[in-house]
Amino acid sequence: MEGFNPFSLDGKTILVTGASSGIGKGVALACAKMGATVILNGRNRAKLDATCEAISGTNKSIAVADLTDMAQLSEMVAALPKLDGVVHCAGIGQRVLCKQISSDDVDGVMAANFKAPVMLQTELLKQKKINKAASIVFIASVAAESPSAGNALYSASKGAIISYANCLMTELAPRGIRVNCISPAMVWTDLIFKGGLTEAELKEDEQTYPLKRYGTPDDIANLAIYMLSDASSWMTGSNVKITGGFR
Amino acid sequence: MELKEFIENLAEQFDDTDISEIQADTEFQALDEWSSLTAMSIIAMVKTQYGKTITGREIRKCSTVEELFDLVKSL
Repeated sequence: MEGFNPFSLDGKTILVTGASSGIGKGVALACAKMGATVILNGRNRAKLDATCEAISGTNKSIAVADLTDMAQLSEMVAALPKLDGVVHCAGIGQRVLCKQISSDDVDGVMAANFKAPVMLQTELLKQKKINKAASIVFIASVAAESPSAGNALYSASKGAIISYANCLMTELAPRGIRVNCISPAMVWTDLIFKGGLTEAELKEDEQTYPLKRYGTPDDIANLAIYMLSDASSWMTGSNVKITGGFR
Repeated sequence: MELKEFIENLAEQFDDTDISEIQADTEFQALDEWSSLTAMSIIAMVKTQYGKTITGREIRKCSTVEELFDLVKSL
């Protein structure tokens, strides 16, 4: 069994959005360790450079673009090589009560968490950047199905991307391209501090999880590796919850 | 509307079929890559590129690329 590694990403070129922090950063580092050539997307060049420096070797590059800006998005895609994998990690968190939701709140969350990944995917397909048998992964959230106060817009945006991914799956299946979602529960990233809860409150909540902890970016990255690798060749249209037991 | 340009637009709707395989007399529905998704894609292309509405049934009645071109031109 020497050398048996069904999860290798050797020879694969993978685009990771939101790679400057949180889950995106964790996924990018993990993909590089598994042998992939990674392309790091984010808005902040300095933060992307930091992620890039944490990757050893030379199979890495950065693609700075705000994905909510269609001109920047299109220009970035035009400069990309052909891809074997895409991990849509970029997203924002915001908690606001339903009675206080503003029109701008709706537009802001949907633009970042729904419209941006959708339009990126559109542009990637239109410009024929996705190889046959590639793997597309969307970081959704267990929030799509597990309600919590103040999370209506975030939950709805993730539910929307899951529904989108299901349809994308049927359209790309003829070319062997797979589409899956990862739905994590709370993961220790900057995003979960956007809800107005303090670290002490989050740590208390963490103890309600059956496994007594929130996730780490590495926990999610390992599942992304599986979905990007040939080990998951028969998996498409799946939405895998990874929650430490939280429901 | 030019046939050459129409063929280029049509070829864009295919991922694995080279534009060289698409000529005026090509029976496009016989191409390996042809599927209902391609028809859907052509409907959208005709709408955005030519501002015309065409149905899947009309597309399927056409045999060659030139017949499809003539149909779109006549709309």
